[in-house]
Amino acid sequence: MSTVPLHRLAHARAGDKGNRLNLALVAHREQDWPLLAREVTEARVLALFAHRGATAVRRHDLPGLRAFNFVIEDVLQGGVNGALNLDGHGKTLSYLLLGMPVETGAG
Amino acid sequence: MPLGSDPTALLRIGCGSGFSGDRLDAPGPVADALIAAGGPAALMLEVLGERTLALAQRERRQKPEAGYEPALLELLSPILQRCVAAGIPIVTNGGAANPRAAAHAVLGLARQLGLTGLRIGVVEGDDIRGTDALDDLDPWEGDAGAVLEPDQVIAANVYLGAAPIAEALRQGAEVVITGRCSDPALALGPMLAHFGWDEADWDRLAAGTMAGHLLECGSQVTGGYFADPGIKDIPDDALGMATLGFPIAEIGADGAVLITKPAGTGGRVDRRSVTEQLLYELHDPGAYLTPDVVMDITGVTITEEAPDRVRLHGARGRARPERLKATVSLPGGWLGEGEISYAGPNARARAELAGRTLLERLRLLGLDGKSRLDLIGVVSVFGGDDKDDGFASVDAEVPQDIRLRLAFASDSRAAAERAAREVLSLYCCGPAGGGGVRTRVTDRIRTLSFLVPRGRLAPRVTLLSLEDAA
Repeated sequence: MSTVPLHRLAHARAGDKGNRLNLALVAHREQDWPLLAREVTEARVLALFAHRGATAVRRHDLPGLRAFNFVIEDVLQGGVNGALNLDGHGKTLSYLLLGMPVETGAG
Repeated sequence: MPLGSDPTALLRIGCGSGFSGDRLDAPGPVADALIAAGGPAALMLEVLGERTLALAQRERRQKPEAGYEPALLELLSPILQRCVAAGIPIVTNGGAANPRAAAHAVLGLARQLGLTGLRIGVVEGDDIRGTDALDDLDPWEGDAGAVLEPDQVIAANVYLGAAPIAEALRQGAEVVITGRCSDPALALGPMLAHFGWDEADWDRLAAGTMAGHLLECGSQVTGGYFADPGIKDIPDDALGMATLGFPIAEIGADGAVLITKPAGTGGRVDRRSVTEQLLYELHDPGAYLTPDVVMDITGVTITEEAPDRVRLHGARGRARPERLKATVSLPGGWLGEGEISYAGPNARARAELAGRTLLERLRLLGLDGKSRLDLIGVVSVFGGDDKDDGFASVDAEVPQDIRLRLAFASDSRAAAERAAREVLSLYCCGPAGGGGVRTRVTDRIRTLSFLVPRGRLAPRVTLLSLEDAA
């Protein structure tokens, strides 16, 4: 087994609507999509954002785009109009996701 | 070639601005490329944020001729004359809270430029503040439980669709100025005017909406908001990111969509840049709700046809929603912020001491509000508001250059100002070696979304010309 940061296998972009964040996660290589599907679960993403008050995560699978769309509820602590965070949009949070360690199963 | 004169011809839609703070010189190369390509084309400028609109509404109440995007004339002046001469309509939501005043300002610009006979289409009807369209609305699902207090409303605007824009273009508008409408509608409007698609041709409307969605953030599809050195690089030719080319969509009568950018500009259009933007700000990719159609992109495929030319297939559409989303802006209290730097030996300990000191001061002063500390350089944007143990659990390499930040939200302006001042006071009363204090106090606006039945809305199109402005 070897563990790598998700950043090695995928890229991501964050978008906000109110207190809801979406993270698009896209595999660099088509063949890595199943590995990401196994590793980057709703539960793990919820745990990653728990310290910011996230209450629910929904993962939408888009294998034809080599992608996933994560929708995370209540994670922006007020959103762009209410947050105390410097980044009220949560735009930087794509890279919090990309820091997640994943098991590649090779090794 | 005017829109609609040959509905079988390919339509090009360029986007010269993707948000209210975008590069002011971006539209020029897009306009040049559309003119050089010949054939039917339109240029969209998306400049309207939620907060922008609320501030514009306040400004309009002070000054009846104000309330539109302040940079609108600066964006338009380099391109207006040559787009009009080439028959390329410009569509913008820069009307903000006052599209009619924006139109008069653009007519004034046209007169200065020596244009004669300019026709501007003004789209109104999105502004429902103070009307009974706001009565008894259900909140949007993301704001479940929200209750509307009508006397608190600063701005209330419905996201209109593409139909009024298309109507203005059919009436001969060379510039169309709207207030709030869905961003993709700025692109879909010209498509409806050109191709004459049926308003229930859901798959084509979805394809057009997908193109508009890819265009609406400007360079975010052409290599902006994308570069990650060594992972996702932008080519260094053509000055790279300093001259990012803004996007152009080529749309076929059958709803074919290709995304590209002007030759000789920086950036890149590839599968990755397009995929990131396709999913940007989407929730359920099987049901993206717009005023014009419910878009399903779950079956979309992306093909790199040539360098900087990416084709998308397979958007599907379903019947448009019966209710439209309205954004309601309300007073959101005050935010006081202050920052101070600590660097060199023991920087982290001094910054943490400054933070503890600030929290103790806020407690002693009895200020009513909610505070947050950041140690910029150790942990800031990723962190939550509540750090029960201070920063003790944050195990970072020993940083040598840290900026402590206090944020304090309150309903009281005086309390927010006092909290920010406490950071300033750290110059003399804080730990050793603090410097570079900046403080600011922001008047905040909070927004909620509600759903408005279509029957309550009456979008209007008015054509104004230079003669009206005389």
